[in-house]
Amino acid sequence: MTTKTNTYRFEPLWRVRLRLFWRSLKKNWGLFWESRIGPIGLGIILAFVLLMAAHPILMSTVWDPKVYDPIMGFDQKLVGQHPAPPSWAHPLGTDPIGRDILSQLMWSARSEFALGVTAAVITVTIGTLIGSICAYFGGLVDIVFMRLADLMMLFPFFALLIVMQSIIPMDLIKLALIMGGLGGFGGITIVLKSQALTVKVKPYIEAAKVAGGSSFHIIRNHIIPNILPISFLYLMFNVTGAIFSEAALSFFGLLDIRMSWGIMLNTAQDAGYLGAFGYYWWLWAPPGAAITLLCFAFYLVGRGLDEIVNPRLRKR
Amino acid sequence: MLRFIAWRLVQNVIVFFLFLTVVFFLFQAMPGDYTKQFIMNPKIPPEAREQLKERLGLAGTIWDQYAHYIRNVFTGNLGVSFEHYPREVWSIIAERLPRTAVLFFVATMVAFSWGFPLGRYIAWKRGSVGDYGATVMGVLFYTIFTPLLAIILLFVFANQLGWFRSGGFLNPRFWIRAGVSPQTVFMFLIATVVGLLLWWGASHLAARRLGHPRSRKLMVRSLTAVGLGAAVWAWYGSGLGPYGGDIVWHMVLPLLELTLISFGGTMLLMRDSMLEVVREDYITTARAKGLPDKVVRDKHAARTALLPVITSFVLSIGFVLSGGIITETMFSWKGIGLTYLNATLQQDFPLAMGCLTFTGILALTAHLVADILYALLDPRISY
Repeated sequence: MTTKTNTYRFEPLWRVRLRLFWRSLKKNWGLFWESRIGPIGLGIILAFVLLMAAHPILMSTVWDPKVYDPIMGFDQKLVGQHPAPPSWAHPLGTDPIGRDILSQLMWSARSEFALGVTAAVITVTIGTLIGSICAYFGGLVDIVFMRLADLMMLFPFFALLIVMQSIIPMDLIKLALIMGGLGGFGGITIVLKSQALTVKVKPYIEAAKVAGGSSFHIIRNHIIPNILPISFLYLMFNVTGAIFSEAALSFFGLLDIRMSWGIMLNTAQDAGYLGAFGYYWWLWAPPGAAITLLCFAFYLVGRGLDEIVNPRLRKR
Repeated sequence: MLRFIAWRLVQNVIVFFLFLTVVFFLFQAMPGDYTKQFIMNPKIPPEAREQLKERLGLAGTIWDQYAHYIRNVFTGNLGVSFEHYPREVWSIIAERLPRTAVLFFVATMVAFSWGFPLGRYIAWKRGSVGDYGATVMGVLFYTIFTPLLAIILLFVFANQLGWFRSGGFLNPRFWIRAGVSPQTVFMFLIATVVGLLLWWGASHLAARRLGHPRSRKLMVRSLTAVGLGAAVWAWYGSGLGPYGGDIVWHMVLPLLELTLISFGGTMLLMRDSMLEVVREDYITTARAKGLPDKVVRDKHAARTALLPVITSFVLSIGFVLSGGIITETMFSWKGIGLTYLNATLQQDFPLAMGCLTFTGILALTAHLVADILYALLDPRISY
């Protein structure tokens, strides 16, 4: 007598994982959509991405690089009339030295995104790592990093950046690294540590320890994945902060950057056009609005995510 | 409780010490030699240079200088400013800090008195059109690029409407024959505001004795009117009225800017905090008891929800410098933020370090007060 072999096959693990991932993504997207304000922010960010992507295309097709280059361009036809008001050739006018404002605006979007996201990713990575390590080990490590965070919180961030820029002349990359690094050891570690503490007392951590999981394994596979949603939330708020700081520093002319929205405002101010507000509105309104909108958008997305992460904020 | 406070104090002293160390070495790391900075400065007479060098402890090695600096801070000797030469850093800070503090304090108060009820209201009406509208507006005010808001305010109110001055602390032409220093007048202004606040609080206390809510209200209002009348009479009678008015007139726009920004933050924080509290069991209990909606909202939910708002307010005191830099620069309001920015850019080390040191003390005190307040106000926390 022969036994019949069981032909039922289990679904491969990766497929299960993918399906679970897809399901939670769909659920979270629904919550995000329901927050109403999150999608508005996402829409604005997408609009800026489109602007950013359109710039190289426009430069290679319609716009003559000699006229429309954001840094070196100059419109010979309008000599003596710069800053020229908006026209068909220059939809947002030209700046005091004859460069196209729209082109500058679109070109700078790229560096703003790069700076904001880089700084925020560094901050959040450091914050998450330190927060989970402090929560897991406690003791001396915890004390040292928490007092360090206290110390960092004593420094007014913007004032600290002003000192830093006179020590190290900062370009975009250095600024992103410094902002990210300084931010990472600050208040964010305290927030993420308290989150990690609530994870640490969960039974599955105990189970993992009993099963012989090393500290590294537990932190990597259990604690960090569970505080990652909060980290992601803080990522969004940090992008807002980084873009704002960069814009303010370049507005005061403290950065070694060739072009950004803050520099556009700085150019207008240095040439004395900010005093005559209404007459030269195209010099300050577009970059100012762009900075505000992008900060606004990332903050809205952050708040939208907040409703996913923190169920108490949801609609009843 | 006392032990907790003592322990926090010890910790704070250590952190403050570290803070001073970092500040000192930050400024040491700046290009442009600290020790030689003032040698070429035409504002400082040659015979004073040696004396200054000794006073700032610039003669020895970097470690001597460090020890000297720490000792100076703890003995309250912050040195002499290079840019405003004969003036002590102390006197400059004592002159500029009140200007920033008043701006910040009044802005926060106004923002709070609007943001608190509005945040409470929109949290109660969660999901309504008003909630979304107010949230979006709040985020917009909170994240707006501060210089842009300043430009808009200046454009609308100073340039187009001509209601307010476009910057500065006072109108020099008007003050030329004043005979009183602006600082004195400003101190009188602060005294008036503080006095009125105290009077208002006292009138509330006095009104508590009355039984009927309506008569209480009447009493508070009439006493407030009396106080305001007395203040107006004092200003008018002393002849300082126009000068005080000139300073206030210059103050309106920076105040408006700070208020708008702070309003957005307060409202959003109150809303979120309220939404969290509303889910608590005791709110359900209060509702189940059949209490009116308004009582549940104001007496039960809002009181607990207020905690994070107060904490954030206290903590933000420490960031007067940071928050003030942009606003004060845009409106050329000579407060501590503008002073710090200029001092750093002109490498006026003693002044810049003095500003930072002072901010450090403020921030530390704020942290301590926030901790203690939290312990006092929240019945769920005990030490």
